[in-house]
Amino acid sequence: MSILVVLEQRPGQDGRAEWNRMSFETLAAAQQMAGELNTTASAAVIGHGIRDLALELTGLQLASVYAVEHELLRQYTADGYAAALRQLLERVKPQVVLFPHTYQVRDFLPKLAARMGRVAVSDAVSHRIDGGQVVLVRQLFQGKVNTDIRFVGDAPHFASLQAGAYRADRAVAGSAAGPVAVESFAPQLEAADIRTKPGELFRESERGVDLTAAETIVSVGRGIKEAENIPVVEKLAHALGAELAASRPICDAGWLPMGRQVGSSGQTVAPKLYVAVGISGAIQHLVGMKGSRTVVAINKDANAPIFEVADYGIVGDLFQVVPELTAAIEKIKKS
Amino acid sequence: MKILVAIKQVPARDSQLRIAGAGKWIEEADLAYEVNEPDAYALEAALQLKEKHGGEVIALSAGPARVAQTIREALAKGADRAIHIEEEMTSLDPLAAARLLAAAVKSEAPDLVLTGLQSDDLGYGQTGAILAELLGLPHATIVMQVEKVDGAIRVKREMEDGWFQHVEMPLPALLTIQSGISKLRYATLMGIKRAKTKEVKRLTAAGLGVSAESASVALDRIYVPEHSKHTQLFGGTPQEAAAQLVEKLRFEARVL
Repeated sequence: MSILVVLEQRPGQDGRAEWNRMSFETLAAAQQMAGELNTTASAAVIGHGIRDLALELTGLQLASVYAVEHELLRQYTADGYAAALRQLLERVKPQVVLFPHTYQVRDFLPKLAARMGRVAVSDAVSHRIDGGQVVLVRQLFQGKVNTDIRFVGDAPHFASLQAGAYRADRAVAGSAAGPVAVESFAPQLEAADIRTKPGELFRESERGVDLTAAETIVSVGRGIKEAENIPVVEKLAHALGAELAASRPICDAGWLPMGRQVGSSGQTVAPKLYVAVGISGAIQHLVGMKGSRTVVAINKDANAPIFEVADYGIVGDLFQVVPELTAAIEKIKKS
Repeated sequence: MKILVAIKQVPARDSQLRIAGAGKWIEEADLAYEVNEPDAYALEAALQLKEKHGGEVIALSAGPARVAQTIREALAKGADRAIHIEEEMTSLDPLAAARLLAAAVKSEAPDLVLTGLQSDDLGYGQTGAILAELLGLPHATIVMQVEKVDGAIRVKREMEDGWFQHVEMPLPALLTIQSGISKLRYATLMGIKRAKTKEVKRLTAAGLGVSAESASVALDRIYVPEHSKHTQLFGGTPQEAAAQLVEKLRFEARVL
């Protein structure tokens, strides 16, 4: 009975491996669960040339640190990662295996779990312990409903944790007894096992505006209905001296440029004031803005998840509310 | 190219959800259903590939009788034929769902299997990748573009923070498609007319020899989340609500 957290790294700008920082949120969660279950947490890093990264973990409160290394793991592939991790799990035999819910984990974890006849509880937002077992909470219907999920059957039990669900700064340092050692694990892999050929990562040239620097952001979602209605929120943004941003569907539709997208596939912002207009608040959007100091939501659906993170809200028709709000702001700015 | 698209029917996006009596699922009686949005993009990608390279597009959906509507829409948009696995899928976990789909896909032996990256209801985002594993196919998730290159495909994958990656893999393969990557077509009148004559094969879990049960995770209960944050709501006329909001933003939040 132990908990294993699989941390994520990828090649950085200078070619050296660097952490995906979400990994430490998951590590903190693993330590917390281990404490609650009266067991130990261990960590694994997977890749090639990752020993230096693994060494960074030895000061943390962990029973073991595994460096899963192989030349064929230099670049991420689902085939390589699933095969290597399966071998590690068969050796280490953890009860619970935790992952950060990253794009990479979304790519290989279902495969790994299915190969072992299990279902991973993906994108969990919290947990509780019930009868010595971990019960995970995840969201259904785009965040409108929660569900408690329990593992049944034999370990290992797999879960991935949502960005921001746990706090990385809660990760606990190790005892005075000294750091744990890094244990190397060399999986058996053949080049023929890896069927996909990954290319280098790249960014599109258009990066657009830097929304992260904005103090005030007016953000628009599906509720705006048509491209022709964008001026309604543009006027509000202008009155507030705010940057205009949007949720993904608006940028996908080309109503605003991709560079103005807030959310997991766009920019992560934390302005003083974030006004969400006609945005229901799918989790992919919330992770990009929930650090904002003051959040205002204007939405016709009182049950929209955006109200979960809003300090102030108006439930109503944005086409009536926003012009009134714009007028009220213009009035005080003039006075 | 023979392309199979796995499509799910989900409650309409703006549905008002109510928890059913036993607290295990939502009240389904008064819900409207529609195609899962990412799956609509998977179908679009399949139809575009067929237009470019020829071949056949087969729509596959599992669910009760109401799913026939979603299948008809796929046929009207241009799918050549369809497979309907008639089963209550309600709260099935993605491994159980994928086992059912895999049994139906196997006999078709398609060159390419497409599906949306996640469902708008359960949202596990796993069925596609599990299906690939069960079928022994290479896969890529969160795909933005698909190009056919000489017995293989090259795809553009989306990563976090605006990063992308090209990945190449041999056929047959499975891809999960990102929402919003192209413009969805509408069914034409001719398409709707033709759909009525297209073949829909009906299967069941029992007929496929698959148990719809799974024993690795169990849904304890579902519930409306408690508001963790206290949101101050402003009512009255739009003008009154706006005035109250501005007042709070000025003197309480001090952001104006």
